[in-house]
Parts: sequence; C-alpha cells; structure tokens
Amino acid sequence: MTSDGFLLNLILWLPLFGGLILLWMGDGREAERLAARRWSLGITVVTFLLSVVLFLGFEPTEVGFQFVTDVNWLAGLKYKLGVDGISILFVLLTTGIMPLVILASWDVEKRVAQYLAAFLILETLMIGVFVSLDLFLFYLFFEAGLIPMFIIIGVWGGGRRVYASFKFFLYTLLGSILMLIAMLWMANFAQSTDIEFLLTHEFPSEPFEVMGIEIGAGAQTLLWFAFFASFAVKMPMWPVHTWLPDAHVEAPTAGSVVLAAILLKLGGYGFLRFNLPMFPVASDQLATFVFVLSVIAIVYTSLVALMQEDMKKLIAYSSVAHMGFVTMGIFAANQQGVDGAIFQMISHGFISGALFLSVGVIYDRMHTREIAAYGGLVTRMPIYATIFLLFTMANVGLPGTSGFVGEFLTMMGAFKANTFIALVAATGVILSAGYALWLYRRVVFGVVTNPALEGIQDMTTREIVTVAPLVAATLYFGIDASAMIDVFSPAVSDLLQNYHAAVGAPEALLIQPGGGEAAIAAPASGSDH
Amino acid sequence: MYYSLIVLLPLLGALIAGFGARWTGERMAQIIPSAILVLVAAMSWAGLSGAIEADGEFIPWFRWMESGLLAVDWGIRVDTLTGVMLIVVTTVSAIVHVYSMGYMSHDPSKPRFFAYLSLFTFAMLMLVTANNFVQMFFGWEGVGLASYLLIGFWHHKESANAASMKAFIVNRVGDFGFALGIFGVFALFGSLDFDVVFEQIPGMVGATFSFLGYEMGVLNTLGFLLFIGAMGKSAQFFLHTWLPDAMEGPTPVSALIHAATMVTAGVFLVCRMSPLYEYAPAASTFITYIGATTALFAATVGLVQNDIKRIVAYSTCSQLGYMFFAAGVGAYEAAMFHLFTHAFFKALLFLGCGSVIHAMQDEQDIRRMGGLWKLIVPTYILMIVGTMALTGVPPFAGFFSKDMVIEVAHAAHSTSGTYAFALGILVAAMTAFYSWRLIFKVFHGPRNGDPEAYAHIHESPPIMLIPMAVLFLGSIIAGAVFYSMFVGDAAHDFWGHSIHHAPDNHVLHDAHYSPLWVKSMPFFAMLSGTVLAFYMYILHPGVAERARKANPGVYQFLLNKWYFDELYQTIFVRPAMWLGQFFWKKGDGKTIDGAIDGLSMGLIPAVTNLYSRVQSGYMFHYALAMFVGVAALVTFAVTGG
Repeated sequence: MTSDGFLLNLILWLPLFGGLILLWMGDGREAERLAARRWSLGITVVTFLLSVVLFLGFEPTEVGFQFVTDVNWLAGLKYKLGVDGISILFVLLTTGIMPLVILASWDVEKRVAQYLAAFLILETLMIGVFVSLDLFLFYLFFEAGLIPMFIIIGVWGGGRRVYASFKFFLYTLLGSILMLIAMLWMANFAQSTDIEFLLTHEFPSEPFEVMGIEIGAGAQTLLWFAFFASFAVKMPMWPVHTWLPDAHVEAPTAGSVVLAAILLKLGGYGFLRFNLPMFPVASDQLATFVFVLSVIAIVYTSLVALMQEDMKKLIAYSSVAHMGFVTMGIFAANQQGVDGAIFQMISHGFISGALFLSVGVIYDRMHTREIAAYGGLVTRMPIYATIFLLFTMANVGLPGTSGFVGEFLTMMGAFKANTFIALVAATGVILSAGYALWLYRRVVFGVVTNPALEGIQDMTTREIVTVAPLVAATLYFGIDASAMIDVFSPAVSDLLQNYHAAVGAPEALLIQPGGGEAAIAAPASGSDH
Repeated sequence: MYYSLIVLLPLLGALIAGFGARWTGERMAQIIPSAILVLVAAMSWAGLSGAIEADGEFIPWFRWMESGLLAVDWGIRVDTLTGVMLIVVTTVSAIVHVYSMGYMSHDPSKPRFFAYLSLFTFAMLMLVTANNFVQMFFGWEGVGLASYLLIGFWHHKESANAASMKAFIVNRVGDFGFALGIFGVFALFGSLDFDVVFEQIPGMVGATFSFLGYEMGVLNTLGFLLFIGAMGKSAQFFLHTWLPDAMEGPTPVSALIHAATMVTAGVFLVCRMSPLYEYAPAASTFITYIGATTALFAATVGLVQNDIKRIVAYSTCSQLGYMFFAAGVGAYEAAMFHLFTHAFFKALLFLGCGSVIHAMQDEQDIRRMGGLWKLIVPTYILMIVGTMALTGVPPFAGFFSKDMVIEVAHAAHSTSGTYAFALGILVAAMTAFYSWRLIFKVFHGPRNGDPEAYAHIHESPPIMLIPMAVLFLGSIIAGAVFYSMFVGDAAHDFWGHSIHHAPDNHVLHDAHYSPLWVKSMPFFAMLSGTVLAFYMYILHPGVAERARKANPGVYQFLLNKWYFDELYQTIFVRPAMWLGQFFWKKGDGKTIDGAIDGLSMGLIPAVTNLYSRVQSGYMFHYALAMFVGVAALVTFAVTGG
C-alpha cells in the first residue's frame, strides 16, 4: 500500500512543486522565459507519464479504491487518497490535458513564470479533487481550485476580465458555503470524514416537515440540495450557468481549455461521488427535478448558442448543453446512463478542449473572437479547416467520434427512466447540428471578405502537435469506446447495486403483454441497472 | 474477410486521396480510389452468390461499446439484402468515380473530391452491412456527413453552403426519430443486434408500453420512430425539402448519393426491418400513405421545374415514394427491385445531365437549351434510354419494377394500398410527362441558349461516356434479367431469410395474378403522359405557355414546391432564432444575470477591494493567504464541531 500510495502522492504534488519552483524562476529575459516553458512542459509530461504508470497498475475489475494513502493529519483530520474506476480517468484526463495547455500557452509573454505556475498549481488542486477520500480534503481542493482559475482570468484575461472573474467567483462561492455546512453536519452525524466510510453509511431519509413543507427524504434531501448547489454551479446547470460564457470569453485560451476540459467535470464527479451514492433516496425522488433542469439546459442553451456572435460564447453555451446530457445520465441511475455520463465528461474534455484550442489558433492571428470577422478560412488554412471540422462533427455527436457514445448512452439511460425526457433531450441532436454547422459555415466556408484574412497562415507545427493527441483520442474512443467504458463500468455497476439496494429495483418500461404469438419475455432490464 | 475487404477498401481509398495526395500526386489520388472501387464492384458482383448462401452470417470485427446489457460490436452481416446493396452501391460508386475523373478535370480540389466520394462509399457500405442498430446509425450519419461535404463541395458558393447545412439538419430531424427508435428497441428488447431483436418480435405482438404518458403499441411505435429516420434520409414528404437543394453539389455526387444510393437507405432500412414491419400494421400503413403522397407531390412539382437537375431530383423523390409504398404494403422484394433498377437509370439520367451541363458550359436552365441532340448524339441516346427506363417503356428496366410496385399496391386490397395504387398510376403518367418534357426542351426545338455556348459545344470525353455505357446496359436489361430473382419464381430462394413475411402476407404472390386492367394501367398512363408531352412541347409548343398563363395559381404553387420552404422558415427556423435571442437577452441577460448583479451590488466594496489586489501583482500572496485561510477554517470547524 505504501509504495502504491506513493505514486499517487507523487502525481498529486509534483505539479505544485513544479509550480512553486517556477515562482522562484525569473522571466525577465527570453532565455528565462523559455526555461520556464520547458520546465512546465517537463513537469506536466512527467506527471502524465506517472499517471499512465498508475493506470497500468490499476485493476478495473476490482471494485473499490486502490493506491490508497491513509494517514492522520492535524486535529483528527485524515489525509486519505485513492482512486477507483470512476476517478482514475479524470486523473488521466487532467494530467493528459495539462501538457497541451502548456503548449497552447507557449506564446504568452506577460509574466510567464507566474502564469505557468498558476496552471501547475491548478493541476495539483484538480487532481486533488479526484483523489481525495476525505471530506475536508476534498473541500479544500475543490474550493482552492477556484483561486488559480480566478487569477488566470483576472490577470491574463480579456477586457472585462474583472467582471468575469468576479462573477465566476461569486457563483461558485455561494454554492460551496452550503456544501461546507452539509459536510460539517455529515462529519458530526457519522463521526467520520472518511469518504470511503461515508459511502457505506446510511444517512436518514425519514421525511419530516419544515414550516409546513414536507421534505421528502428528510435529512438526505437537505444534504442533497446542499451538495447540489455547489456541483450544479460547477457543472454548470441551467439556470446557474451564466458565469461560464463570460468566464470563457475573458479567459486566455489555455484557461478556457482547462475550464472546459477539466473544471466543468468537477460538478459531475461530485454528483457521482456524493449525491448519487450517499443520498440515494433523495436522488431517486429528485431525479425528475434534475431531468427537467437537464433538458432545459440542452434545449435552452442550444437555442442561445444558435444566436451567438462570439465564437467562445457559442462553444461555452454548447458546453452547457452537453453537460445537460451528463446530469441527465447520472440521475437516470442505470448502467447506460451513468456510463454514458462519465464517457460524455471525458469525451467533452477532448472535444471542448480542442474547440477552444481551435478558437485560440485564429484568435492569436486575428485578435478577435467575432464570428463575422472570419469566413473563407478553408482556402487559406486547409489543415485548420480539417481539424476544426472533425471537432465540429464530434461536438455534434457524429458516430465514430467519442462525442456520439456519451450522448447515445445517456439518452439510452434516460429513455429507460423517462421517455419524455429522452425525447426532449434528443431534440438537442438537431439543435447542436444547427449551431455547430452554422458556426463552421460562417468561419471556414465561403469566400474571404475580410482583407485582414488575406495573409493568414495555417496552423504551425506546435499548434498541430498540441491538438493531435485530442484528435487521436476523439477518434480512438469513438471507435473503441469499450476501452474506456471497461475502466469505470465495474465501479458504476457496484455503485448502482448499492443505489438500488437503497431505493428498490429500477422501474422497467412496463410492457403490457398483448395477444402475441408467444408468452411475452420479461423486459431485460431486471438484471441491468 | 472477403466481404470485410469490400467494405474497408473504399476507406483506404478515401485516406489515400485525402491525406496522401501530397505523395501520390494529384493524378494517382484520383486513379487509386477509382481503381479500388472498380475492384470492389467486381468483388461485389462475384460475391452475390456467396451472400445468398451466407444468409445472415455475422463476421465480427471488434467490440465498440459495452455498458450493462448493451453490447455493440463492429462487424458485418452477410445476406442477400446486403449482397444486393453491395452491388448497387459499389457499381454506381465505381462508375461515378471514373466519370468524375473527366467531369472534375478542371477542378482544383480533385483529391478532396475523391476522398469524399470514397468516404461516402465506405459509410454507405457500413450502413448496408450493419448487423446492429448502432452500426447502421454509424453508416447512416456517416453518409450524412459525406453528403454534407459533397453538397458543399464548392464552398465558395453561398447557396452550396446553405444547401449542405440544410441537408444535414433536416436529416438530423429524421435521425432524431431513428435514435429514439433505437433507444426504444433496446429498452424493450434488451439488445440491439438484429437477430436477437427480430427473434423476440412475434412475442411482442399486441404488447403495449408507456411512451410519453400514453399506452402505445410496442411494435407500431418502434416502426413509426424508425421510419421517421427513413423519411429524412430518403427525402419523403415533410422531410423532403433538402433533396432539391442538394443539387448544388457536383453532378456526379447527385448521381451517386442523391439518386442511386444514400437516398435509398430509408427503403433499405424498412426492408431490413421487415420482421418488425410485418407485425406493425399501423406503421406500415403510415409508410404506404407517406410513400404514395410523396410520389404524387414530387411528381407534381417536377412538372414545372426549369433546372435540369432539380427535375431529376424531384423524380428521384417521387420514385422513392414508389419504393416506400411497395414496402408499406408488405412487398419488400418489389421495393428492393425498384431500388435496384432505379439505381441504374437514375444514375444514368444524372450523369447524362452532367454531360449536358458540361457541354453547355455549366448551364442548368432548360429554358436556355434546346436543339442539342445533333450536337451531342451519344449523350442524347443515353438520356433517351434512361428516360425510357424511368418512364417504364417495355422492356426497359423500369417497366418491370414499376409495374410490380403498382401491382402489389393493388394486390394489397387495403384502403392504403388502393390509395397508393391510384396515385401510382397517376404518377406514372406525370413521370412520363416531366421526363419527356425535359428531353424535348433540352434536345429538341429551337436553340434557346447562349449562342456562344452552342459554338463551343462538345461531347463528353470517353472517360465520362464509357462509365455511362455500363449504366446504359443496366437500364436496358436489369429489369428483365433480375425479375425472376427479385420478385418472380426464384424470389423465395433468392432472398432467403433476409426478408421476412408474416404467414398471412401473400401480396407479392397475389400481384402476379392481378387482373389485366391492373397490369396494363401503368403502361397506358405512361403512354398518355408521353403523348401529352409530345403534343405540348413538339407539336404545339405554345400550349404549355397558355396553360401556364391560364392557371397562374396552380403554376406558382407547384413552382414554389407547395411552399414548404416558406412554411418551415416560418414555423421552425424563425421561432428557433427568436427563442434563442429571447433566452439569451431576456433569460440569461435580464433575469439570471440581473439577479446575480443585484446580489453583488451589496458586495461592491469587496469587488473594488479585490480588483485593486489583483492589479497590485501580489496575487500569489493573496492566493496563498486564501489557501491557508480555507485550511484554517476547515480545521477550526472540525475541531470546534
């Protein structure tokens, strides 16, 4: 256990160490700046390679946490880390995206060392969220992650960066206060802050009344809402999503990539780690509530995306819509729904990350995100046009890309839980085609009308190298989705088994047998969570 | 391995043309994919007997996704239905590849064009060889992508970009239904593999489930949802609007995708799902009505169009309607037969149009043509044969298949069948009329076009004419040669288990014993349409003009395609945009952000404070302080609590 745990600790703390070293490094001269870039790239690549080693040693079929570190910290708090099938891919996603983020920041000149340090510190904090097995350790990482992001937007962001960063901060802070209170209550109730222990602990679900209002699952409902408040903002779910477009617009490219690819996943991960397994009765009762918010997110934000004139805003709104599939899938609480939700989160990491990188490529050349300023890029930038097309199609959920699998499975899960929700969600596939293709058409197709575009250059080798791993991942997991699903499927299956032990077997689509030619076979969903 | 190669080789061709052109050179980037397609086409013909023998064998490749009971593998299914589609797809594709080497010879982006063509072929082959719903959906959307890319191939044209987007989105509306159908299939049958699902269907007869709060019949609901997908892909009534616009693509594309192959995917879907539709009478009836209505609608619009390609496009739409109502009444073999023969003569007509357009220096308006036949005799002959096959002149291909389709509609002896029969006869007359109108206006009469264009007119090179000759041959003999196999005495053995019939379905059999008047009606309908066209455009050229002036309302209604585009613009596109704007400005802006900003008003001092701190450059001190602060808070809270 100790040697295993060491590796996970190393992955967790190495980026922070690298970041702190960076702060000591100067960035006044060009050589120093280059050294800072190389150092950051080296640190993130090593971290990624270490996490690959971790992954290779991970046993997906073994349910439960692996590579566990468990020591007592100050004042009775625990320092407990570990990964299971659900979290390990998020760790890999984080460590895998970070080198690309550093590469995408290669041309940043303003306070390079501090800028890169912020990203490295952020990496540790994000990994920390996924590997924490102690309530307060989780809280610490979850909240502290806000700070570097806040600074990245606030210092290296665009014109309205202060407004955007403050909005971002305010939103997320409000949610987390409730979560902290809930955690305190839980720690007090269960006399433990150990997440592994809390996952097996039963929280009271007897209904009670508060000021004449019936609370359906009692304490579970209240706790559920407290966590929900925090995760829904991070997700972000409708109607607490409006910080995201502003944050994206003002964030530098690398900031947007981290935000879209990793930070948005914290909310979904939180739902899977806390709401669903710890408060199953409340989750079951509130599933419809989440479904409704999810499909509103899908339809509403897709329509809003259709009307955007700013590329980053458009992609930000599309992210909200895609996260709607995630929340829908999680609370469908069946194997396809949850598997699909996790898949969708990882896949969205590739696709949205790549889309923001793509926007960054032309922003760096033209210094505008306005869609109307472009058009006809295909004749000047054929490589760019091809890559952007691939990710546009992945965003639209074309089969053969990873974007399809997540949407497909989550809708499948939703259909089994609630046909009406699945129907409304499926309109999202029409709307996404609308906004994504229209964006592509306005930016890439047509003839060059803006004289500033005449001399625009195609992607550089560095830019291609940056996006290439995402191209590979999007296509590979689109064709061999099992390679990813197999990692988390056993853990999800175990989670759902416990869930249904608490709330009863899933309700299958009730089939009324007719006067068919043979006896009607029972619907297959009995053994399928 | 053999059939897997047929499917995968075109992908290789696409990759070579798409990414290898830099090394192979532009010329080889055309020759390699074309040669691959010719090879694959030969393999498909040679593989037909093997496919009939295999009768549903599954050749697995590797896993795609597995989640709980949902397990989807890549692989291909080989049976007669697959074998026939392989022939149709690879043959037409090979011909179009070769033809395009001539047609696109002046285009600067030839490798890209060939890459798209081969990519399309691969996706289409994946669709027709699928053994489960998800792989079929992969092919289904894959051909949609290729179609999008090819319609918008000339991306400097605004109209082409608009058309390609429209095609993709309207198809997505169909896919929405298809996807819901797939979800339903899995939820109700616990599998997405065709065989596993089909096996359970007889047991589901009469079963109902709760769908959208209603108690719905399982099989009819699924049949209906899947058919929505077919309606999108095959441009059936309500979802047809993208097909005429798709003519913005280069003409070889129209021949391959929008005539012979992709648009027939919906028909193929219904035939592949025959085990389902046999037990979904309401869904089948719906298919019959939609098919017949589409046949009529498209034919009426085709009567008055002036763009040479759009006339043929509406004709395609109309002929697809024929195929659907044949499948709707339970004669899947007849539907497949018409699909098969139609691929030859419609591709021939499109390539002929391409030849005309090529000769006339990109002129597409038939009002600016005329008198061409002496100038391009080979094209003229090819077009005449295509037209005779389409209109059903015996013994050309369309004569056999169209008559069969009309006879099965009659033999169904149902209300919907009779509706389809009556409309089918009417449409046969209209088909003859608009087809000959096209021929007469393009090849006969006075020379109405630009004299400059006439001066430079030239016949297409052999590289375009030779591939057309293959289709020419098919248009002549495909009906007579394959009649017995597809719908005649040998049909039962030919199709094997690939098409399922309920015990009480004798439509195909009964159709052979139709009364003489039924059998002869299509012929006389065709004859009357032909004669009328001859009268109006050859004997008395002024009649058409007078008829138009006498009925301006009808003419405008037809010319504007029953105003579907305007209708959809009003009820879908504009409201969607209005809603988007409303949600953005009023929902996000006024309501949500309004509330947030109001909340933060109380925190303004904090904001200013924060602002100056960020500006001061000590953010890392600040960050560190905050980090320690959070830690301290937590520690305090825990030890205190």
